[in-house]
Amino acid sequence: MDLIVEGIWKALLLLFTLDPEVLSITLLSLAVSGAATLISLVLGVSLGFAIALTEFRGKKFVISTINTGMGLPPVVVGLFVSIFLWRNGPFGFLGILYTPLAMVIAQTIIAAPLVMGITVAAIQHLPRNLRYQILALGATRLQMMRLLVREARLPLLAAVMAGFGGVISEVGASIMVGGNIKGYTRVLTTATVMETSRGNFDIAIALGIILLALCFIINAVLTYVQQRERPR
Amino acid sequence: MNSIQSSAGLLEARGIKVLRGGFPVIDIPTLLVEHGRVISLIGPNGSGKSTLMLALASLLKLHQGSIFFHGQPIDSSAARAAYRKKLAMVFQEPLLFDATVFENVATGLKIRGMKQQEIDQTVEEQLARFGIGHLARRSARKLSGGEAQRTSLARAFAIRPEIIFLDEPFASLDPPSRDSLVDDLHAILRQTRTTAVIATHDRMEALRLSDILAVMFAGTIVQTGTPEEVMNRPADEQVAAFVGTETILSGTVAKTYDGTFAVCIAGTLLEAVGEVKKGEEVVCCIRPELVTISTDTPIGHSSARNTFTGTIVKISPLGLFYRVYLDCGFPLVAYVTTQSLKNLGLKDGTRVTASFKATAVHVIKK
Repeated sequence: MDLIVEGIWKALLLLFTLDPEVLSITLLSLAVSGAATLISLVLGVSLGFAIALTEFRGKKFVISTINTGMGLPPVVVGLFVSIFLWRNGPFGFLGILYTPLAMVIAQTIIAAPLVMGITVAAIQHLPRNLRYQILALGATRLQMMRLLVREARLPLLAAVMAGFGGVISEVGASIMVGGNIKGYTRVLTTATVMETSRGNFDIAIALGIILLALCFIINAVLTYVQQRERPR
Repeated sequence: MNSIQSSAGLLEARGIKVLRGGFPVIDIPTLLVEHGRVISLIGPNGSGKSTLMLALASLLKLHQGSIFFHGQPIDSSAARAAYRKKLAMVFQEPLLFDATVFENVATGLKIRGMKQQEIDQTVEEQLARFGIGHLARRSARKLSGGEAQRTSLARAFAIRPEIIFLDEPFASLDPPSRDSLVDDLHAILRQTRTTAVIATHDRMEALRLSDILAVMFAGTIVQTGTPEEVMNRPADEQVAAFVGTETILSGTVAKTYDGTFAVCIAGTLLEAVGEVKKGEEVVCCIRPELVTISTDTPIGHSSARNTFTGTIVKISPLGLFYRVYLDCGFPLVAYVTTQSLKNLGLKDGTRVTASFKATAVHVIKK
């Protein structure tokens, strides 16, 4: 019991003294997962729209592949990104394994299907004739996309939350392609794993609290945006 | 359709075909919508009305043929974009955006980059016109069916379209809101002189709103004409089965009494019940089961106010009944049982007396 109480006490101390190492780990976590979410959003929403709005052979197969991708195990992603970026691998010449960039790539592969899958479902859920209605109002394709995004804003923000939540809390791929290098690729999850294995529970608890708080704050902000401006 | 330059045609379809799974779902050799006219596409469900509407609005890929607007073919993406800015469309579902009523009605204007001040003014006008001014700030998600469809219509009329397509706009409304909306739309179409194409399976709605009826079956138009022409002289049996169940006559109110009045139809006076003004244009509908036929010559006055002599033009079997087409100086349709047909010895050319009560005449004010 002492272990936990003391751990929480030390954790709070680390938090309130703004320990520089803890701070840099937190900022890197935000930067890597934020970048991955942003890229996933651009890729996922645009491809999701294209898939939902066009009719082609094998559309159902593509959609079920994306839906499978929504549950991609991070370690498997980590494994394949590692192989591709390995010194002798196809993209080894880039020399980006064990860099934050490699982590962004891995996390994007995890988050993009989540965003894409939710986008496809959200757009398909809109009434069939809505697209015709918007075009008949004289909208260009771009204006139509904007109106559809506005119509589907609730599920699309849910997609952002799911994507970000998925990658900020992910550890397997980050540790495999990032390598948990101190001051370079160490993020909240990989640091928590390491400190726990070393028995430094106070630091681990502090990192855990930060991770939870981050998830909560970001989801709270997005939820606020999502629920705001709904006409009463 | 010899001349390339069509005179009063605002919208014209020539040889258009839409295929689905290799089969034509729309096959229209020619369709002309004249400027300022209201044309109704009527036909049973699944006859291709909605698909034709989308095709006419250039929202659907044509596999063959072209659409002409103001005589110009809509054959490039630039022409299509320009054409779509001049039309408006209302569907059976209101398809409103998750925003306020005001914002919904403003959507088409915002797309056109109109100034906020002009938008405000135009939207206010349309809201007032459709009687929904008090709902401006209400969420579109919290409207009744009738209110939502009024919002959708206001959004369509706000852009001052040259042509408006209405696809079963009243089909999902309950009878009271439907009646009042049909009345309002009728008045607004007249007032704005907007050319309109309306798809409906409701004959009475079509009759009330349109100048021209086009009857659709299986993806093609089988008859086009004024409501009277189509209703009274259906081109074939399937059209007759769909539209020709009533006699439709238009005339002018000649005299009014207390609660009853006389309508002059092609020189013949017909009595009906209702409140109308002298000189008013009306359409009279007479249900065939309310018309009785006898071979006696009329003696004095029977209890039926309307008694006419006429000749049988055509008799067509209809299960237990026969549908008998009469010429009484105006066309009249009656149902006769198989028994009566035999007893009276009715056949083409037989002189008969047809009668119906004044209350059997259903009057529609034009």
